[in-house]
Amino acid sequence: MNPAACDQPAHELVRRLKQGEVTAVEILESTLSRIEAVEGRHPTTAPYQADPTDQQTIHAYITLTADRARAQAEAVDRALAASKDPGPLAGVPLAVKDIFCVRGTPSTAGSRILENFVAPYTATPVERLEAAGAITLGKVNLDEFTFGSSNESSAFLPPPGNPWDPRRVPGGSSGASAAAVAAGEATISLGTDTAGSIRQPAAFCGVVGLKPTYGRVSRYGLIAFASSLDCPGPVTRDVTDAATMLGVIAGADAHDATAACVAVPDYTAGLEEGVRGLRIGLSPDYFRLKYPDPVSGELREQAIRPEVEAAVRRAAEVLARAGAEIVDDVPMPNTRFGVPAYFVLSRVEAASNLHRYDGVKYGYRYPVPVDDLRELYRKTRGGGFGLQPKLRILMGMYVSAEQYEKGYYQRALRVRTLIRRDFEAIFDPAGSYRLDCLLAATTPTTAFEIGAVYGDSVLMQYADLLTVPADHAGIPALSIPGGLDGQGLPIGIQFQGPDFSEAMLLRVGRAYEMATEAEVWRKARPKIIGR
Amino acid sequence: MPDSTPDLAPESISPEIFNHLVDLAALELSALEGEYLRRQLNGQLKAVRELEAIDIGDIPITSHGVPYAPAISPPPRPDEIRPFSEPDAILAQAPEVDGRYIVVPDIPHEDLE
Repeated sequence: MNPAACDQPAHELVRRLKQGEVTAVEILESTLSRIEAVEGRHPTTAPYQADPTDQQTIHAYITLTADRARAQAEAVDRALAASKDPGPLAGVPLAVKDIFCVRGTPSTAGSRILENFVAPYTATPVERLEAAGAITLGKVNLDEFTFGSSNESSAFLPPPGNPWDPRRVPGGSSGASAAAVAAGEATISLGTDTAGSIRQPAAFCGVVGLKPTYGRVSRYGLIAFASSLDCPGPVTRDVTDAATMLGVIAGADAHDATAACVAVPDYTAGLEEGVRGLRIGLSPDYFRLKYPDPVSGELREQAIRPEVEAAVRRAAEVLARAGAEIVDDVPMPNTRFGVPAYFVLSRVEAASNLHRYDGVKYGYRYPVPVDDLRELYRKTRGGGFGLQPKLRILMGMYVSAEQYEKGYYQRALRVRTLIRRDFEAIFDPAGSYRLDCLLAATTPTTAFEIGAVYGDSVLMQYADLLTVPADHAGIPALSIPGGLDGQGLPIGIQFQGPDFSEAMLLRVGRAYEMATEAEVWRKARPKIIGR
Repeated sequence: MPDSTPDLAPESISPEIFNHLVDLAALELSALEGEYLRRQLNGQLKAVRELEAIDIGDIPITSHGVPYAPAISPPPRPDEIRPFSEPDAILAQAPEVDGRYIVVPDIPHEDLE
C-alpha cells in the first residue's frame, strides 16, 4: 500500500501532482487529517497545567491557517488545469517556524510579548516558497525567540513532543518544524539555525536539516536573535527535498544586505553523482570533548554516546565503500570552545535585538495605567518576556559592559576566529588535509525526555556543542538520519563543508541515503504515525 | 606573544550587580525569578571562563564567519525614502493610538539649568 500523501516526500508529491495522480487540495486534506489525528491540545499562553495525555501528541502548530492554505492549493490546481507551471514545490504543505513574518498572520516568536502581533509583510524565504507553489499550513512552535534546544521555553504550551516518542523533546529551537515534518503534519518546514536549531531537532526527529552558509538565504522578515549567526534553512523528509527547497529560498535580496550575491546553482542537478574521489574527514575532537557531566553538572572531558559515535563510524565505512576517501584524526582543537564563545556572542546580539520590545509600537503592553514610560518598559518586558529572553538580555548586557567587554566579548570574537581557522585549515586545497567535508555526529545524544534538562541553561546550551562551530564559522552543514539507537530513537549525522558548498554536502548526503536505502532502520516510522 | 587582555572578572554576579543589570535592562522581576536568573548567569559565566585557557595573543576578531568580499557583497542601496505601502497595517499593531499618533505615558525628564 502506498503511504498517505502526507507521508510522502515533496519530490514524489510534485511528480504525482504533475501527472494528475493527485490534486493539491487532496494533498492538503491528507495533511490536515494527519494534523487532526496527532496534534492534540492546541498550545496557548494560558496558565499551563501539564496533563499526562499531552505527552501522547505533538502540539506543533501555534497558528493553523487552513483556509489560506486551501485557497493556495486551489490556485495550484487551477494553474495545473490551465497547463501553467505551478512551480517546483507545487502543492507541497509547508510549516513555517513562528519566527518568520507571514503577512496577515500572527507571528509570535513563541513569546507572550508578540502573542498578538500580526505581521504586515512576509519574510523573503516564505515569499519565495509560496511563489514556488508551496502551501503554507501555518506557524509552528519553537523555543521563545529561538532561545533553547528543546522547545520547552515557548510561552505556548503544551510543548511539542517528539513523534518517535512524544514523552521526549523534538529538540530546538526549530523543534516543532522537525516534529511536524516527521509526523506528516507538513511535508517541509522553514527553520532557522543559530547554534544548531535546524540540525539538532532534525537529528532528534529523524529528518533532514540544512544550515546554509551565512548569507546564502535572506533574513528579511526573520525576527532576529543573533544577527551575525542566524540562518534560515530547510527541514525536510529527505536530501532531495532539502536540495529543492534550498534552491527556492537561496539568493540575493534587496531587503537584506547580508544576503550574498552568489549565484544559486541547481542543487538537484548533481545530487546523485556519488562521492567517488571526495575526501571526507573524521575528527577526534567531535567524538570526545568537554561538556557538563549530566549528573554533577561539572564540566569534564567526555566521549559522546557510544551508539552515536558508532553511527558516525558506520557512515564513514558506507561512504568509503561508495568511493570516498576517509581521512582520520583531523584536528579541530577549538570545537570545545564553541559553546563558551556562543554564551557571550549570542547573548550580546540577543540583548541588542530584544531592546525593541517596549510595549509602544507593537506586541504586548502592560494593561494597567502606569506613571511613566520607564515603568511601562519594565512592566511590559517583565510580563511579556519569559525566563530565557530575560536571561539572555542580562547576560548580554553583563559581558558587553564597558569594564568586562574586553575580557568577554572581544575575547569571544577572537575565539570565533580560531574556530573559523580550524575549518579553513582542513578545507584548504593546498593544506595537509584537503577535505571536501567533515563528518561528525549532529548531537552527542539522542532525544532526551521532556523536563530532563529544561531549567539548567548551561546543560541545555551544551546540546548544541557539535553544531555551534559551523554557526560561528558561517559554513554550511547538513544533518541527515544515520540510524536508530537501542531505544529506537533517531541518530543524526552531519556533514560540514566550506562556504557555499551546499551542493557537495547534499550530494554526499544523498549518496549515504542511496547506499543505506535497504537497511532495516530505514523502514522504521515514528511511533505517532503507527497509532 | 603574551595575552594582552586583562584577566576575566573573577567575581561572580553579586545581587548588587544583578539588580543594576535588571535596572539597565528595563525588566521587572519577581524575587523568585531574580534568584533563578542570577544563579543561571553565574553558571553560564563558569562555562565562559573556559575561554581563559586560550592564548588569544594578536588574533584578530571575527564579527561573522563568512568574509564579505566585494565580489559577493550587494552594492549599497541609494539612500532614499520609500514609504511603506500600508502604514495602517503598522499602526494597527500599536497597543494604544489616538488617531495617527501612538500613545505613551509621561516621558520622565528633568529640567536642565
